[in-house]
Amino acid sequence: MVGSILPLQVDALSLRRGGRRILGPISWVLAGAGITVVLGPNGSGKTSFLRAMHGLERINHGDLQWAAPMSLVRAKQSFVFQTPILMRRSVVECIAYPLLLDGVPRGQALIQASDAATEVGLGAVLNQPAQVLSGGEKQKLALARALIRVPEVLFLDEPCANLDGRSTRDIEAILAVARDAGTRIVMSTHNLGQARRLADDILFLYNGQLVEAGPNSILETPTTPELAAYLNGDLLP
Amino acid sequence: MMLKSLTFAAGMALFAGGAWADDLKLAVTTSFANSGLAEVLLPQIEKDTGITVRLLVVGTGQALALGAAGDVDAVLAHSRAAEDAWLAEGNGTHRREIMYNDFVIVGPAADPAEVGKAALVTEAFKAIAAAKAPFVSRGDDSGTHKMELVLWKEAGIEPVGDWYRAVGQGMGAALNTAAGMNAYILADRASWLNFGNKAGLAIDFQGDPALFNQYALLPVNPAKHAHVRADLVQTLEDWLVGDTAKGLIEGHKIAEQQLFVFNAKPN
Amino acid sequence: MDELWQGLAHAARLIWGFDPDLLEIAGLSLRVSLGATFVASLIGLPLGAWLAVNRFRARRVVIAILNALMGLPPVVVGLFVYILLSRSGPFGVLGLLFTPTAMVIAQVIIITPIVASIAHQALRDLWADYHDLLISLNASRGQRIKALLWDGRRALLTASLAGFGRAIGEVGAIMIVGGNIDHVTRVLTTAIALETGKGQFGLALALGFVLIALAIAVNLCVHFLSRTERSGRW
Repeated sequence: MVGSILPLQVDALSLRRGGRRILGPISWVLAGAGITVVLGPNGSGKTSFLRAMHGLERINHGDLQWAAPMSLVRAKQSFVFQTPILMRRSVVECIAYPLLLDGVPRGQALIQASDAATEVGLGAVLNQPAQVLSGGEKQKLALARALIRVPEVLFLDEPCANLDGRSTRDIEAILAVARDAGTRIVMSTHNLGQARRLADDILFLYNGQLVEAGPNSILETPTTPELAAYLNGDLLP
Repeated sequence: MMLKSLTFAAGMALFAGGAWADDLKLAVTTSFANSGLAEVLLPQIEKDTGITVRLLVVGTGQALALGAAGDVDAVLAHSRAAEDAWLAEGNGTHRREIMYNDFVIVGPAADPAEVGKAALVTEAFKAIAAAKAPFVSRGDDSGTHKMELVLWKEAGIEPVGDWYRAVGQGMGAALNTAAGMNAYILADRASWLNFGNKAGLAIDFQGDPALFNQYALLPVNPAKHAHVRADLVQTLEDWLVGDTAKGLIEGHKIAEQQLFVFNAKPN
Repeated sequence: MDELWQGLAHAARLIWGFDPDLLEIAGLSLRVSLGATFVASLIGLPLGAWLAVNRFRARRVVIAILNALMGLPPVVVGLFVYILLSRSGPFGVLGLLFTPTAMVIAQVIIITPIVASIAHQALRDLWADYHDLLISLNASRGQRIKALLWDGRRALLTASLAGFGRAIGEVGAIMIVGGNIDHVTRVLTTAIALETGKGQFGLALALGFVLIALAIAVNLCVHFLSRTERSGRW
């Protein structure tokens, strides 16, 4: 891949907020292909970890080293937030917005956005204000928008947390398509079933630390007691 | 800097303002404006001389200040002492008397201080002070205000107390206040006759020659402010001391009463 | 109470009869205040957006000053502009004193803080919403401001209209820098002041009602043209 931004070296990454260390130090390498699922109880630092890698958080210690200059890095990754952030515009305009930022002519951007919207099942609501969509539709919009620039890396922060079963299925289908097309995906989730379905490898966070990392199989055979307890449904201290 | 040019350009475009052709800016007092004489004179002036007189109606102090700053071409005032001081500072070329009207003491129709019985205005003022009757003063350094202060001085009284209320307003506004308070007030006859809210007030004292009020034209000094239309001011002055002006001024009546007496000396 | 009804009736007669003097001063009122609103919006709306989006050390002080400037006494602004534009002053040679342009300048100074302050307030909330997204999408500073200005346009319209409301009812500043010269710089508010001073309350009230009607008409027009309150959402 010409000018790939991967691999990303996460080197003793550490975040402090309000005097407390909420994340790290974490060391890890984001490379290869497929879907990495980040698991962990509430407050374990999953969201902070993803946001930090994407560049939304101020890093106090440690280093993030991408394989390309920052200007390229910014352009080639996307983020889907747990609660979708939608602009006060129509559905198709929302999806087209990243293209407009890139200087794509408006007409062309809207056509591309319409196609993307139809692919995720929003073809019927193209010109409605984004705010009137249901939860599931909003998240699909966010996903279509995140994918429209064909990013190399896609981060998702518990994208299905507030969605019903059907919407979750739809989202997972779209993610599968993106993965197959070559997008490297890193997503966090609460849903162990989803992790089993989608993950190529797993990161387990607890108390801001990376406790265990490994392939999907660690969900059946965890090596650390914390992960075992979590998988068992126990409340961790 | 950029913004100023932008605003200026926008303003010019919107309003085509800037230099007017035969326009003359004349600062006059509220007393003169209230008399209604301007509505009679200005159209005739334009017809006879082609000059459009733009009136700025402000207090005497402000009128003289505008003249000193060169923001108007001439001033029409009625306050001898202030005019002399203004001329002494080099702000104007000379003073040309045009006409005079008179002041009256307006007060409650029932005249509780009995100023109507006085023979001289100083006695009237003494009566008001003695009765501590509510009195509204212009308090704004205007020609009217200065006249009032001179009269208090001649009556030997220093007006101090709850009954003496200095409002700091123009003639019309001060009359409003007096009407609201049912108080006495010194006003020029024209403003009173033209005033629309007489309420319970009436003229309680008039006629003393000490109450005569001389109006004079003061051209702004072109040596000090080169841009003033001294030529137009001269034309205006010549017109104001002429026969047409005399006829219009003395013919101007309110409620059958002549307001001004023309006393300009011809050229 | 009688006076109010008479004033209303007088106002109706003036408007219905297309009284030429009324049309003249009402027209000038609109030109001056709309002109000032336009310029103040050009300055104040982007300023409000810029303040909402940028973080710098003096930000809180600037915002506090901006809010304080909203309470600028118009007559003080008028005095200030008079001193600047007077023939004896620094910009006297421009000959702007006692022209509608001077009135526009004074009103721009008065209402820009209002426009900027309200715009900043509205856009700050919108920015809090959009912040993560626009950074994530790698939008430049200019693109962020553009997005805020466009998506927040309804709130910005409110800011502009607030400025207009202040301008159309203002009298202290334009009295000083305009001079209330008949047929040149006389507008509704200065005419009302003049007639009130003459004790002509009926006419003053009538003009007051015309002024209110004018302000309402402008607001209705703007809302109609921008199709607000049409659908359920904005």
